[in-house]
Amino acid sequence: MLRVVSGVSLVAQRGQVTALLGANGAGKTTTLECAQGLQKRSGGDISLLGRDPATAGAELRSRVGVMLQDGGLPPSSRPVPLLRHVAGLYAQPWPVDDLIERLGIGAFSRTTVRRLSGGQKQRLALAAALIGRPEVLFLDEPSAGLDPQSRQLVFDLISELRDAGMGIILTTHLMDDAQRLADYVYIIDGGRNVAEGTVQELLQRSPVVETGADHIRTLEFEAVPGLDFAGVLPDGIAVAETRAGSYCVTGSLTPGHLAALAGWWEAHGIMPASMSLQARSLEDVFLDISGKDIR
Amino acid sequence: MNGTASGAAGATQDNAPVTALGGVSGTQQPASLLRRVLLQGKYEALAMLRNGEQLILAVVLPLLALVGLTVTPFLDGLGGSRIDVAVPGILALCAMSTAFTGQGIATGFDRRYGVLRFLSTTPLGRGGLIAGKALSVLAVLCLQVAVVSAVALSLGWRPQAAAWVPGLFLLALGAAAFTALGLLVAGTVRPEATLAITNLLWILLGALGGIVLPAERLPAGAQSMVQFLPSGALGESLREAFLAGTLNGGAALILLLWTVIAGAAAIRWFKWN
Repeated sequence: MLRVVSGVSLVAQRGQVTALLGANGAGKTTTLECAQGLQKRSGGDISLLGRDPATAGAELRSRVGVMLQDGGLPPSSRPVPLLRHVAGLYAQPWPVDDLIERLGIGAFSRTTVRRLSGGQKQRLALAAALIGRPEVLFLDEPSAGLDPQSRQLVFDLISELRDAGMGIILTTHLMDDAQRLADYVYIIDGGRNVAEGTVQELLQRSPVVETGADHIRTLEFEAVPGLDFAGVLPDGIAVAETRAGSYCVTGSLTPGHLAALAGWWEAHGIMPASMSLQARSLEDVFLDISGKDIR
Repeated sequence: MNGTASGAAGATQDNAPVTALGGVSGTQQPASLLRRVLLQGKYEALAMLRNGEQLILAVVLPLLALVGLTVTPFLDGLGGSRIDVAVPGILALCAMSTAFTGQGIATGFDRRYGVLRFLSTTPLGRGGLIAGKALSVLAVLCLQVAVVSAVALSLGWRPQAAAWVPGLFLLALGAAAFTALGLLVAGTVRPEATLAITNLLWILLGALGGIVLPAERLPAGAQSMVQFLPSGALGESLREAFLAGTLNGGAALILLLWTVIAGAAAIRWFKWN
C-alpha cells in the first residue's frame, strides 16, 4: 500500500483561514481529500463538524463546500445552469444570481466550461463550492490561474467569509497566498506536518538563527566572492554566501548592524554591486524547513 | 494523487454558527433525496440529449438499423413480418446504446474531469450520482422507445397489447445490466479506452451478439453462446415478448445476474478519481 500521508495532525477553527503549505507532492491534496471523505484512509482519525467524513451522509456534505484543484466541472456545461443545478441539491442555497454577481460570472455566463480561461474556471468552481452556504470550505490551490484582479476578488471574498464565521481550509504552494490570507499555517513535507503556527510565529522561527527578536530581516548583497565576515556582526546574526559573490545576512537586524557592515565594507574598499533589505518571508521559512531540493 | 492517509487528524471545531451568507441564514440541510436524484437525472438526461454524438448513437443508428432490417431479407421466415421481428431487437439496441455506450463514455469523461469527485462532495453523494445516472438512462430510453415505436408503427409494426408489460420490464432490466457494465468499464479504465471499448462492443454485440439478429441467423459457433450474453438475453427475450407475448424467465435471470455481477464489480473496482 502506497502511503502518501502519515503523521499529519491539524485542527482548523471556524472564522479562520487555515493553510496547508507544501511543495508539489507533499501530501496536501491527499490530506484534504481524506478530510472531505473522497479518499479512504488506512488509519488515523478525522472529525469534520463532529463527524467522520468517511462515513457521514448528505447532512454533513450539505454543510461543507469543496473546491477541487481541477475544478470538477462538466466541460460541456454552462455556468448558470450548472450553478442552478448544484443549488437545487441544497434546501437553502446561496441565491445563484447574488453569487454570480459577487464572483463576476455574468461576463462569461453563456460560455461552456471547456472554453473558460483558467481564472474563470476557478471563480466558477468557487461559486459551486459556496452555493450551499457551507460552514466549512475546502479550497485546493484557490489562486491557481487567477489574474491579479480575480485574485484580489477571490481573496476579498475569502476574507469576508472568514469574518462571517466560515472555517476555511486551503492548500497552496504559493507562500504569498498563505502570508496574505492564512490565520494559521501548517507546513506539510513528505506526508507529515513539519511546522505550524500563525504566519507571524513562523516568520520568527528560524533554524539559521536562534533569536527571540520580533523582526527577522534578511539583507542580501552582491560583492566579490569569498569574503570572510567573521567577527563583523554579533552572534545571532548569520552571514552566508549563498552562491559565489551573493551574501545573505539573516537575523534581528538593527541600524547598528548595518553600520558595522558598511564600516567593514569601507575599511576593505568594498562597494556591493546590489543590495536589498527585506522582512523575512514565509517562503524563506518554508525553504529553511523543507530544504531547497527540487521535489 | 493516489494513496492513503494514516494518522491524519483534520478537524473543525463545532461551535458558533455561520452568519447569514447571500442574505440566507440557518443551518444548511440537503434537499430531499428524491429531489436530488430527480435533479441529477434531469441534468444528465439533458446533457445526453444535447450531445450530438450521443443522439446519433441513441436514435439515428437504431432507426437506420430498423429501416435496414425491413428492406433486407435477414429476418425473413422468423415471424409474421420483417418489422415485427426487427423492432424488439432495435429496442434492445437502444437500451445498449444509452445504458452502456452513451452512459459509459459520459461517466468515463466525468471521471477524468473530476466531475464525479466534485458531485460526490455535494449532498448528492456517490449513491445519488449513480441513481441519477440510472434515472437519466431510463428517461432517455423512454424517449427512444417512443421515437422507435412511432417510426415502426408508421412502417407497419403491429405489436400485441399484452407484449408491453413483459417488454418494458425486460427493457428496464436490460438497461440495468448495461448500466452496471458501462459503469464498470468507465470506472476502471481511462476514458479513451472506455470510448473504444464501449463503441467496439456496441458494434460487435449489435451485429453478432444476438441483439438485432436472432441467434439462428448467426454463425453456428455463436448460437449457443449469445443467449448468455446480456445482448442475446435481452434481444431474444424481447422478441419472444413482442412476438408471443410471453416473458422468458431464463433470459430475465441472465440479465439479473449480469446486473448483480457487473454492479458488484463496479462497486468493488470503480475508481472515482
